Amino acid sequence: MTATPADRRKLEDHLAGWGFAAPAVVLIGVFGLVPVVWSFVLSLQHTDLTSPGTFAGGDNYAKLVADPLFWDAAWRTLVYVVLFVPATLALALPIAVMLNQKIRGVVLYRLAVSVPLVTSTVATGIMFSWLANPQFGLVNAALDAVGLPKQGFFTDPGQALVSVVAMTVWGWLGFAVIIYLAALQNVPKDLIEASSLDGCGRARSFWHVELPLVAPATGFLLVWLTINGLQLFDAVYVTTKGGPLRATTVLVYHLYNEAFVSFDGGYAAAIGCAVFLVIGAFTLAQLRLNRRTSHYEVR
Amino acid sequence: MRRPSALHLILFPLSVVMVTPLVWMLLVSISTQEESRRFPPGLPSGVEWENYAAAIRDAPLGSWLANSFVVSVVCVVGNLVLCSLAGYAFARISFIGSKVAFVLMLATLMVPFQIVMLPLLIMTRELGLVDTLGALIAPNLATAFGVFLMRQFFTTLPRELEEAARIDGAGRLRTLFQVLLPLMRPTLATLAVLTFLQTWNDFLWPLIAVQSPEVMTVQLGLQSFQGAHTTNWPKLMAGTVLSQLPVLLVFFFAQRFFVRSVAAAGIK
Repeated sequence: MTATPADRRKLEDHLAGWGFAAPAVVLIGVFGLVPVVWSFVLSLQHTDLTSPGTFAGGDNYAKLVADPLFWDAAWRTLVYVVLFVPATLALALPIAVMLNQKIRGVVLYRLAVSVPLVTSTVATGIMFSWLANPQFGLVNAALDAVGLPKQGFFTDPGQALVSVVAMTVWGWLGFAVIIYLAALQNVPKDLIEASSLDGCGRARSFWHVELPLVAPATGFLLVWLTINGLQLFDAVYVTTKGGPLRATTVLVYHLYNEAFVSFDGGYAAAIGCAVFLVIGAFTLAQLRLNRRTSHYEVR
Repeated sequence: MRRPSALHLILFPLSVVMVTPLVWMLLVSISTQEESRRFPPGLPSGVEWENYAAAIRDAPLGSWLANSFVVSVVCVVGNLVLCSLAGYAFARISFIGSKVAFVLMLATLMVPFQIVMLPLLIMTRELGLVDTLGALIAPNLATAFGVFLMRQFFTTLPRELEEAARIDGAGRLRTLFQVLLPLMRPTLATLAVLTFLQTWNDFLWPLIAVQSPEVMTVQLGLQSFQGAHTTNWPKLMAGTVLSQLPVLLVFFFAQRFFVRSVAAAGIK
């Protein structure tokens, strides 16, 4: 049997397709997909990540369930997310609404709000460590000026986590504002005009027209900020290193400690798998949410 | 003339609060040691350029910046080339296994980095890349996000363009580079900016993959510098300013474009 021109064309497609896609697909497969499976395998081993591991069965997961430090870190992560996500959203929406008005200088205001987007977490941590310095920081100067006592912030076990929340809200606010601004700019002008013709005041048309229309943006931000909040690490590492007195030891920080301070790589991998499970649930929730709220899109 | 909006009363103080950390970073970086530690803090009396000289002298800041630059630029070029090729294939060529490969690739987008970093460390060690710039480059040379972005772009192009080029006798590569490339510019720019920003500001992976000061990126180096110089704030701030200069420049010159890219990608 001889190959018809159509067959040859198809073979050529397969070759060309893989020729084009292979470099990226292989790299992403090797560095993005293989490690996921490997990570699960590690979580079933006793390993220090340098010498070959030994099979551990469910030991690491049993340790996880019984480890008070794990639950401690999980609780702290939850507290962080519950403070960080609503605070960011509650600030971002009104700011986005204001920045969506046609007023003089709005471009400069937008610039000011979005500049933390490009600032690295290391730089942010260094800046905030100085601003919140207990002896000579700017924040304490402001407190002092209105007659309040100086605070310890990152150095006070009772305030460290809240200080990390404040710092990360500063870092993420611009992102949330941009997402809300994009959503607000997609609200059709005639819908707002129609509502005002129907006798809606500005406040009412915001509440009944714009707010429901930006619901998908809220849903996206809620899940996205939660996923990122659950992965909190850099901001803690550069400011408090998990302290003082473990006050900022969140889940990923606990994972890092187990892997690179205690050299218990298997247990660290088990913590990673647990975190992945929670984040996976949120990702699925997001996909669901997208489907359910899609009828708000009017475009 | 229109009355100025009352919103300025809220937006102006808000903007001041948002830029205060950056402004004070600049101010402390030109202060003397004494000025940086007085209470209440105030404006520096002059410009202490010596802080910058000291930061460059005492820390290998120059080589850290160079390392960051090499890693970021190589990753940007890698992503532009490899993601364009793969994105084109997934959008336009029907080849065996393409659907499975694409879905598996997208799935990696949902995996948090903390899950893959431990095996990734073992892999880079096996490959002999640990504590080299290669360890920072290899995992970021092509990203699932980039392939996805490029594929989305190619599906919006009219097929007639490629058919016309094919009738004129151009092969696929030639069509891609000579006919489609000019149209791809905005999307490629988005991918370039986002890749640069991410690799430049990356911290956790360099932290575990690199130990020697000569291979540190500027973020990692700055962090180690912070640990060693907690008492010399002006010098530390001068280093911080230098580490942020490239991304801040990109940001100010391409602000509109930049904001659109971030909104499209959903990353920080």
